[in-house]
Amino acid sequence: MMSDMTTDKPPAIRVQGLMKSFGDLRAVDGVDFEVPAGTVLGLLGPNGAGKTTVVRMLTTLMTPDAGRVEVAGLDAVEQATELRSRIGLAGQYAAVDENLTGAENLTMVGRLYGMTRGAAKARGQELLEEFDLVEAAGRPASTYSGGMRRRLDLAAALVAKPEVLFLDEPTTGLDPRSRLDLWATVETLKAAGTTVLLTTQYLDEADRLADSIAVIDHGRLIAEGTSDELKDRVGGERLEVTLAEGADSDAAIEALLPMSDERPVSEDGVVRLQVRQRGGTLVEAVKRLGEAGLDVEDLELRRPTLDDVFLTLTGHAAEATEPEEATA
Amino acid sequence: MPRILSDMLIIAERNLVRLPRSPDLLLAVTVQPVMFVLLFVYVFGGAIQTPGFDNYKDFLLPGIIVQNIAFGGFLTALGLAEDMNKGLVDRFRSLPMARSAVLAGRTSADIVTNLLSIAVLVVTGLIIGFSFDAPLQNIIAGVGILLLFGYAFSWVFALIGLLVSSPEAANSVGFIAVFPLTFISSAFVPVESMPSVLQTVADVNPFTITVDAMRHLWVGGPAGNAVWGAVVWSFVIFAIAAPLAVSRYRKAASK
Ligand SMILES: Nc1ncnc2c1ncn2[C@@H]1O[C@H](COP(=O)(O)OP(=O)(O)OP(=O)(O)O)[C@@H](O)[C@H]1O
Ligand SMILES: [Mg+2]
Repeated sequence: MMSDMTTDKPPAIRVQGLMKSFGDLRAVDGVDFEVPAGTVLGLLGPNGAGKTTVVRMLTTLMTPDAGRVEVAGLDAVEQATELRSRIGLAGQYAAVDENLTGAENLTMVGRLYGMTRGAAKARGQELLEEFDLVEAAGRPASTYSGGMRRRLDLAAALVAKPEVLFLDEPTTGLDPRSRLDLWATVETLKAAGTTVLLTTQYLDEADRLADSIAVIDHGRLIAEGTSDELKDRVGGERLEVTLAEGADSDAAIEALLPMSDERPVSEDGVVRLQVRQRGGTLVEAVKRLGEAGLDVEDLELRRPTLDDVFLTLTGHAAEATEPEEATA
Repeated sequence: MPRILSDMLIIAERNLVRLPRSPDLLLAVTVQPVMFVLLFVYVFGGAIQTPGFDNYKDFLLPGIIVQNIAFGGFLTALGLAEDMNKGLVDRFRSLPMARSAVLAGRTSADIVTNLLSIAVLVVTGLIIGFSFDAPLQNIIAGVGILLLFGYAFSWVFALIGLLVSSPEAANSVGFIAVFPLTFISSAFVPVESMPSVLQTVADVNPFTITVDAMRHLWVGGPAGNAVWGAVVWSFVIFAIAAPLAVSRYRKAASK
């Protein structure tokens, strides 16, 4: 991917034939990809796709069963220790010491990277400012909110100014403002030449941040490219029908079937399909649903989004746990 | 300073700064042992015959200190179980630090808290009438044996902390595994007063041997081979528990 950008620098991440099984489960099943230095790769995939497992192998936390991982020109297995000083990781769940204050957490991490106590403290202070944690810096992390912990964890990943940064669902649990702040941070890091691999469930996040996107499902890479390339691949206008409470979604799928080349999919009372043309589609859909005796609450025709890419490629929606969905 | 040593000290420091902020833990290493001393001396003291010792306080204090020091490792079990649960082990493993420093740092932090417990217990003992009856170098050697024994048990607790699924479980498994051993020993009552089956257990129990060594070193009790026996036992316990803990840590951490 993005071969035009790899001309002078070797890729920051190169993964070949990566495999990892847990018992009978092939969590990662032959994944290959490259991330050019200074770019952002978005790793997309539904729950259980294998994203975290890939990240763990790339960050030396787990040894692959087979395949090669090279990060920053170093082999992740053979040169693991060297590699650790050049990467930063913010895992899926914030890993902070709750008994230490925010400042102490960052100082400890800095010292474990080999900095002197003074240098680690100074760097910690910088990061506390950057992540809006100055006021809470002297409190034990056990008193932090989920979002504050998350930010502290991200700050810890940046302590050593890593050349390759791994973020596993970095904005899960952040409020909208913190999310925007984090996006800005990633953009700043990228502008400064940092390579970033981030996994996410939020497609708008991948759309906004990632130079290139890799979609994995069941441990396999099922698509990769820029967000535009992926959208083109899915093609066509999308029709989204929100059925009224209690309406039979299977009946709606049957009713709408002739309008698409593919079988419509439904989820939570919303039926989605790719239609052949724009003109007349809404009228036709209303007529067909009406004939089938189905009540419709909302009807929308739009261009494909990354959600559609996701849905088309994996057969199910990105399971982003937005608050309103969590309570539904 | 070699990397492993500096990393170990960073981790040890991390484990110690939390103590003053956790009143419950602080109580566990200070007030709780004092309470046990007072209860034993004043509740059981009158009923327990200790031939060969001036009084029950002189008999009890070395015993109860050994028991407390063995339990000092519960901080390691608790802390490791927490680290595993909270994903902190992942953070450490992603850093260019010496891997063994996580366990070594934990267990060496226990040495500091154990010293604190020893000081609290000795002072309590002196206040209620315990008196040393041995030359200074023996008293110091006794402290050395206590720290050694406590360090070995920190590795036992490290293993427990890595085997269980939660900090709460670490606490109770540690208690269930170690508490009976401390009682079926010469720590609180003379072994001769036990039923013969228990006497057999008590005679080979490392607690009995270590307690006897302490009595010899601090109040001039009969020595036999107890002092060397205690040192050997500490090394044996360490030599078994430490590799098991390290391998368990490797396995659990790379999941
Ligand atoms: N240590 C483990 N032992 C056994 N199975 C595991 C282990 N880690 C992951 N798995 C399994 O491997 C598969 C991939 O898991 P992984 O955590 O990589 O998915 P993910 O894409 O990160 O999912 P999510 O979006 O939920 O975080 C899942 O089926 C998971 O249950
Ligand atoms: Mg994950």
